[in-house]
Amino acid sequence: MAKTVLIVEDSRAMRGLIRATVEQMPGFATVEAGSGFDALKTLPTHSFDLIITDINMPDINGLELISFVKGHPQYKDIPLIVVSTERSEEDKKRGLALGASGYIVKPFKGDELQELVKKVLGK
Amino acid sequence: MATRKDERSKVEFLAESEDILDDLNQHLIQLEGTAGSGDVDPDIVNAIFRGVHSLKGLSGMMGYDGISSLSHRLESLLDALRMGRIGITKDVTSTIFSALNRVKELSEEISRSGSERSDSAEVSAQIDAVLAGGHAAEKKSIIDELAIDKALVAVLTEYEEHRLKENIKARNNIFLVKARFDLSTFDKDLTALNDRLKAMGEIISTLPSSGMSPDSGIEFNLMVGTRETGDRIKEEVEGPRVEVTEIGYRAEEKKAEAEAPTLRSLSKTVRVDISRLDRLMNIVGELVLSKTMIAQISKEMREVQGFTGLAVDLHKASRTLERKLGELQEGVIEVRMVPIGQIFTRLTQAVKKYAGDVGKDIELEALGEDTELDKLMVEDMSDPLMHLIRNSLDHGIEPAEERARRGKPAKGHIKLNAFPKGNRVVITVEDDGAGIDHEKLKRVAVEKGLVEKADNLTRREMLELIFMPGFSTSEKVSEVSGRGVGMDVVKRNVSKLSGMIDIETEIGKGTKFTITLPITLAIIKALIVDVSVETFAVPLSSVLESLMITKDKISTIEKREVITLRGETLPLVWLDRVFGLPKAEEGDFIYVVVVGLAERRLGLVVDRLIGQQEIVIKSIGDKLKGIPGIAGATELGDNEVVLVLDVESLIDEATQRRG
Repeated sequence: MAKTVLIVEDSRAMRGLIRATVEQMPGFATVEAGSGFDALKTLPTHSFDLIITDINMPDINGLELISFVKGHPQYKDIPLIVVSTERSEEDKKRGLALGASGYIVKPFKGDELQELVKKVLGK
Repeated sequence: MATRKDERSKVEFLAESEDILDDLNQHLIQLEGTAGSGDVDPDIVNAIFRGVHSLKGLSGMMGYDGISSLSHRLESLLDALRMGRIGITKDVTSTIFSALNRVKELSEEISRSGSERSDSAEVSAQIDAVLAGGHAAEKKSIIDELAIDKALVAVLTEYEEHRLKENIKARNNIFLVKARFDLSTFDKDLTALNDRLKAMGEIISTLPSSGMSPDSGIEFNLMVGTRETGDRIKEEVEGPRVEVTEIGYRAEEKKAEAEAPTLRSLSKTVRVDISRLDRLMNIVGELVLSKTMIAQISKEMREVQGFTGLAVDLHKASRTLERKLGELQEGVIEVRMVPIGQIFTRLTQAVKKYAGDVGKDIELEALGEDTELDKLMVEDMSDPLMHLIRNSLDHGIEPAEERARRGKPAKGHIKLNAFPKGNRVVITVEDDGAGIDHEKLKRVAVEKGLVEKADNLTRREMLELIFMPGFSTSEKVSEVSGRGVGMDVVKRNVSKLSGMIDIETEIGKGTKFTITLPITLAIIKALIVDVSVETFAVPLSSVLESLMITKDKISTIEKREVITLRGETLPLVWLDRVFGLPKAEEGDFIYVVVVGLAERRLGLVVDRLIGQQEIVIKSIGDKLKGIPGIAGATELGDNEVVLVLDVESLIDEATQRRG
């Protein structure tokens, strides 16, 4: 069964890289959102199996997005992966505390992300 | 995973990094404009941080280590900047510019040859140097001072938390704005709400939630830090779908300073040259004129077209202008205000020394040091007050043996006091000395030829003799009383400040001088009047009332024209005669502006009352300074220059002409 992944990241090139990495795995499809707002608009449009989100974004940040998702009756069961930098230890911790299922630190290698995705989805 | 050899990735990287660099440079230019002014927009700093952060992540993923490690260093710098660990100086901004240029050069190398060629050791060292100048972030959590739900803080990123702390440190008001929007339009609506809020303060964080009914909409909780009041925020944004709550501070007394050690200056004051304040005051004065003109135009427009269309808009705008200008004016006046205690201290020191010189034991009490006055006025009062005190020392306080004989304490007591009274300030100098001997006064006055006969003088008028030039009851001019500084100079100084001086005395008990001053000279309200062909401004603080009377009410007493006002005699003065102006056409009515204080009143006869206006009194230059009756000049709306009357000296002249 195809898994649909929502990628929330404001850097276009970064988004592209994550997309390419995820789609390399068989049975995975992706949808992109360029900002927290975008994500909020995109969530109702698909049935997502996973959300990969950056933390530092302009309008609403990744932490707020996680809080929103986890507090929403419709989306609360969707697992989230936080993409953070080694600088923001705090932010990564908060993401996990808010209910993210895993995190990955930039810059990362493609297979690292793929491993994490598989782990989080329980495959 | 996309490899670095992938041409498409490279092109995308170069395109995006160029965009990021352009934005960064623009933001940096904006930032440089505000460096050192202390009013930096944290959003700009954060935007630069995020740009560099993206650059770092991107180049790292692509394997461009040169750009990646440089960005990493730069990101540390920006992080230190946005977290307040280093300040924004020219040094910092130029380092950032250099680093961005380096990134650009490296990108060009990648574009041309596919990889980075040069190293960035120099710029890296520069960044390290700037970073080394920073200080550690504070450990103590200042957020505890806010009565805020921890759950709200938990969703803040480290940076947002820092912004919240900054707002708390600044003692800003923190509000939660809860807004509900439709799923289809929320981004537009939220942006509109954000814009309104950003105009009033800072949006610290934006938390979305599904709220009670997830299908019908989306809810946002905005945390806002602002100096505005709750009422103002509510007025601006509250509505059927928007709710505003204030998050209050926990402690009852707000702590004055942050506790963490910091390199920032602890002084919260600025030293300003008074001439700069004068300039500001002048500008405000000119704005006041413009405002008056606009109000006038608005009024005329309403008369012409009624309360419709542009007239309404102009009226509203004019009212807002007036209100804001009033605030600005108050603000500038406030800046000029200093406590009179500044000169009190000086006076106390000087007095102690002089008391020693004349061999009298004095206790000087100074009260009301916090009473505030315009800085220039405080300075101008310094000499007059000194002279009054010296006077008390010299003539007032008796030598020790005499005091003992009179049953007074050995130490002479001189009391300085200052207190506000309405829109004036009262300063008193009081002693428990010998008081002033009226008979002696009269004798000396006649001796010196200051008055012809002293018998008809009222008590008050006798006392006023002291202020006449050339008057001195002491046989020798003592060192302390000084030469050339007589009571007349004191009086002149006081009236130059549009003030008045009064004297009360009782033989054997003591003497009290009372000086009444307007709080500020800079912008005052004045009554504009026409006298013959000239226009004058009368400081409203001296005006008691204005009357219109018929000529038959005037009577003559001892060659002076007076009227009876509520049972009291009011002497009249024709201003056209005083200033030697051609006599105007006389109707049946004359206008009288009653000026003065308490018993010293005078009726100024003018031809027309124009109206009240705020004016800025300007000095009329040295050549014209000595003219009695004129305090200065001012400019009315249409570049018309009018003279400002010196009420005190007019009253003097009127009363002195009697004797």
